[in-house]
Amino acid sequence: MPADYHGGESPFDFDHRYQGPAYTDDHHAWRATLRAFVDQEIMPHVDEWDEAGGFPRGLYKKAADVGLLGVGYPEEYGGTPVDDPFFLLVTAEEMARCSAGGINASLLVHNIGLPPVMAVGSDELKQRIAPQVLSGDKIHALAITEPSGGSDVANLKTRAVLDGDHYVVNGSKMFITGGMRADYYSVAVRTGGDGNAGISLLLIERDREGFTRTELKKQGWWASDTAALYFDDVRVPVENLIGEENKGFAGIMKNFNNERLWMSASANALARVCLEDALAWARDRQTFGQRLADHQVIRHKFAEMARKINATQAYLEQCAQRVAEGERPVADLSMLKVQSTLTMEFCAREAMQILGGAGYMRGCRVERIYREVRVMAIGGGSEEIMRDLVARQMGI
Amino acid sequence: MKVLVAVKRVIDYNVKVRVKADNTGVETANVKMSMNPFDEIAIEEAIRLKEAGTAEEIVAVSMGPQQCQETIRTALAMGADRGVLVKTDDELQPLAVAKLMKAVVDEEQPGLIILGKQAIDDDSNQTGQMLAALLGWPQATFASKVEIAGDKAKVTREVDGGLETIEINMPCIVTTDLRLNEPRYASLPNIMKAKKKPIDEKSPEDMGVDTAPRLTTIKVEEPPKREAGVIVEDVAQLVDKLRNEAGVI
Repeated sequence: MPADYHGGESPFDFDHRYQGPAYTDDHHAWRATLRAFVDQEIMPHVDEWDEAGGFPRGLYKKAADVGLLGVGYPEEYGGTPVDDPFFLLVTAEEMARCSAGGINASLLVHNIGLPPVMAVGSDELKQRIAPQVLSGDKIHALAITEPSGGSDVANLKTRAVLDGDHYVVNGSKMFITGGMRADYYSVAVRTGGDGNAGISLLLIERDREGFTRTELKKQGWWASDTAALYFDDVRVPVENLIGEENKGFAGIMKNFNNERLWMSASANALARVCLEDALAWARDRQTFGQRLADHQVIRHKFAEMARKINATQAYLEQCAQRVAEGERPVADLSMLKVQSTLTMEFCAREAMQILGGAGYMRGCRVERIYREVRVMAIGGGSEEIMRDLVARQMGI
Repeated sequence: MKVLVAVKRVIDYNVKVRVKADNTGVETANVKMSMNPFDEIAIEEAIRLKEAGTAEEIVAVSMGPQQCQETIRTALAMGADRGVLVKTDDELQPLAVAKLMKAVVDEEQPGLIILGKQAIDDDSNQTGQMLAALLGWPQATFASKVEIAGDKAKVTREVDGGLETIEINMPCIVTTDLRLNEPRYASLPNIMKAKKKPIDEKSPEDMGVDTAPRLTTIKVEEPPKREAGVIVEDVAQLVDKLRNEAGVI
């Protein structure tokens, strides 16, 4: 990295922080592109879109054109095959800067919907689906969670019964990101007996008869079209089976490690936004004859926020490095997610305290991040589930 | 047709520029640097000419320290075909840049040269014009529209009070204004492809160009701080303040 790459006002903001040798010129160039993309295509509209509960569909196309949708996918399907978790980190961090998690969740929902198809799907299925999704023409969601359970994948109840050359699907799915607008859904269904060994993944198109959806209102992530899905005798051709029958569980689990790394990088980046915005405010705001930033009680808040963010960043990069070296450090990725969302929670709280009334107003990034703490701490595996996974990996 | 585009590495437009403590210039250490925004427009225009079939090759030229290579890489990631870096750690003033550019032009023989109308660091707005004089080529500065047909270029220029359209002979020099186009982002696939594109490195000595500065900077100072405004209670108070404090009436 060139010595004079950094900029910004503080050693804790995005530009000024230490970026070690794992980041190459390609990462820096991609960061610069995303910075400009977010600043020009998203930031001017972010409050409006969040309040409106959605963003224009054309943003998918713009994201595809800049290469954002294709990060890590094979070139033959329209992707850019960067096989390196640091690209994931840079992408997650820069996208988080817009501070509207709902935009990112829906815009990049294919990153949870498409991977099962890419990992275990037939060539025919990949060729049919992937190019349209990576070009931004079609939206691809993932539907695992059900009204009766989320992380307890092995007990899911939506059933698919073979009838000739079709499966007949009955059941429902809950909290499905991108669920209102998606064109394709990778849906976990029970095709066999109880437990993990009876689960398959089916690709279901939005216009199948008997498939309906309703929108869900949420605490945060307003710009995301989250939905409940209902399947009532939906007939799905057998060629839409993703991978082998009754072997869907592994395909689902494979997804989770990348998702945890992504959510951890996002959460810590959001913590950094809180620090940045609170710092800018405290330097400017005059109280009791001095800058807010001159009060010791406020100064210590900044030191604590920075300490947690930097520790989390170091852990994040260590985990990314291990993934880059081919490891699958499940326990550490789980601990990392807990560490990151606790850091985000702490920084959202402290930044809000520093911003005071201004931070409580809509249109302030910290106000929105505060509302989006819980979705980060629960979504993609709750802190409790993560800790349980850690304990199990420790053999306790 | 080959198009030559000049790209300058400048302090990023988002950075709050600070004057050095000794008043010799502005602080550039630990400051984010980017391509001059007018040069991004120049690259974009060249790419559009290539996409339209008017241009065949785009060469991005930058001058300055080794890090200017990153600016060239950005141009390559946007869509330029190859780069030329004239490497020097010495200060380069517009006349030196124009002379070096002329040397590059003599070698490359482009049909069109596009430059930003000015760089956002020193705001000189001289290099394009000086290069035109050195080469004896026609120039169209402050372009907001460029149409090339055969050996003529029809260029709409932003002038005081409106738009002026002129027709000049090729080869020629165009300098870009803000409204010429909206530059594209360097997409991820193009960032990865740009790594394989060649950058040719030269030095002013190799090119036999004297780059010694002709101007001396005496002092650089911060502009005076703007004071906070006051809300006046009535017209009488306003008139009083204008007369007795501001001294404008």
